[in-house]
Amino acid sequence: METNTKISIRNLYKSFGKKHVLNGVDLDIEKGQSLVVIGGSGTGKSVLIKCIQGLLTPDAGSIKIDGEETVGTKGKNLKDMHAKMGMLFQGGALFDSLTVWENVAFSLLENQKIDRASAKVEAVRVLRQVGLAPDVADLAPSELSGGMQKRVGLARAVITKPEIIFFDEPTTGLDPIMADVINDLIVESAKGLGATTLTITHDMASARKIADKVAMLYEGKIIWQGTVKEMDKTDNPYVCQFINGCARGPIKMDV
Amino acid sequence: MMRAHKFENFLRSLGKPLVQFVIRFGELMQFVLQALYHCFTPPYYGKNFLRQLLDMGFYSLPVVGLTTIFAGMVIALQSYSGFARFGAEKAIASVVLISVTRELAPVLSALMVAGRIGAAMAAEIGTMRVTEQIDALVTLSTNPFKYLVAPRIWSGVIVLPLLVLIGDVIGIFGGYVVGVYKLGFNPANYINSTLEDMEALNIISGLVKAAVFGFIIAVMGCYNGYRSRGGAQGVGEATTNAVVSASILILIFNYIITEIFFSK
Ligand SMILES: Nc1ncnc2c1ncn2[C@@H]1O[C@H](COP(=O)(O)OP(=O)(O)O)[C@@H](O)[C@H]1O
Ligand SMILES: [Mg+2]
Repeated sequence: METNTKISIRNLYKSFGKKHVLNGVDLDIEKGQSLVVIGGSGTGKSVLIKCIQGLLTPDAGSIKIDGEETVGTKGKNLKDMHAKMGMLFQGGALFDSLTVWENVAFSLLENQKIDRASAKVEAVRVLRQVGLAPDVADLAPSELSGGMQKRVGLARAVITKPEIIFFDEPTTGLDPIMADVINDLIVESAKGLGATTLTITHDMASARKIADKVAMLYEGKIIWQGTVKEMDKTDNPYVCQFINGCARGPIKMDV
Repeated sequence: MMRAHKFENFLRSLGKPLVQFVIRFGELMQFVLQALYHCFTPPYYGKNFLRQLLDMGFYSLPVVGLTTIFAGMVIALQSYSGFARFGAEKAIASVVLISVTRELAPVLSALMVAGRIGAAMAAEIGTMRVTEQIDALVTLSTNPFKYLVAPRIWSGVIVLPLLVLIGDVIGIFGGYVVGVYKLGFNPANYINSTLEDMEALNIISGLVKAAVFGFIIAVMGCYNGYRSRGGAQGVGEATTNAVVSASILILIFNYIITEIFFSK
């Protein structure tokens, strides 16, 4: 029945102290699908991704990947789970103490124990895929612009050919042209690998470009989901307000 | 009635920090146990360990050398002016030897390294935390305790005794310099007196202290960095906390270890 579902989230709850961030999230992502979760800043989008990856432990609920429960996974099983995932972090999260190519090849060097020479060749190949010249490989991450750091982060996320890739606000902080370049790269690399992807963003241009399906997170719940076409036709007032970027509407901003 | 109310408020105001302290202490102990476990289970990250050795050891040499040489010098001077003019040569050599090896070299070196390295550890790991580099490590199937914490603890426990051993030599040399060049003692006699009083227990107790202090510095640096939250400000707080808490713990454990070794 559920053979086509890659990630299945049911009734997910997460609070920090008195702050209820996730309030019963239900979400399914199909194999090979690109799902984009939209929502305002601070609505818990990153928390959702971190719960799926086991970086945060949810208070209640279930997350299944390939039909297997992952909440509470530890040790070797957690490693195996991470081996089939890649993640592009919001700020890149590149390791300052390593060079660009060592960042990209981190998994090859530390987990697959590939020798440094071949790992570097592979890293340079993937760097080229994301549009970076080989001479970038020996720089430190701090020497790169924001857009280049995103590309390196993307290269690090896809080098292991993961089945699932997460993108946390991949275009935030970039100019519109660089944002579009990154969007294209995301689509390209995900399609190339046939990966299932979960992207979170509040950038609607990005969402339209990347998404097979869009889901909206509001007050800790998924309040709407559908295709991009359905999104443009929906009369859901929350979605309308968000995609048109109006201050007026049912969504209240805490200012 | 009024008074009972006030008393209750008083208890309450006392209660909250106390509860918080107990929680923090529990967190710290959990961190220590987890860190110890990962110190003794593979994989080991040799390169990270060597980098820490270099940072903590080699680059701390100037600081430790300067601190201990002046400590040895001032002890020679103080004990001469204070109490040991009569039969001074022998007494001062002995006082310098004992105070440098048992107390000054380990404690002063540890405090200096806490300021230098404990702070750097908290800042580096704290930055990695707030920029999600620690999360990135986990998603790349790498345990941050093994990759970041264990190499620092190993390095602390190994490097500090080595630094203190060097500090011992330099501190005693400082006493010798003051004794011979300022107080006019006979060099050969001074050296002889020093060698006569050289006891293994003095040196060993200092090295045991150093290993414990190295552990404290690394753990407090890592712990405070690891739990930092909230951007640059959080990292700044973590750095301060790492240095202050390590320094206080060093002084407390200095007393405890002295008690264990020397009170019979
Ligand atoms: N580790 C944490 N500890 C405490 N609060 C957190 C933590 N992580 C996130 N939060 C809180 O959860 C809320 C949602 O955060 P986040 O998921 O980062 O939002 P966004 O949708 O912008 O990605 C925020 O209010 C944040 O303060
Ligand atoms: Mg976020």
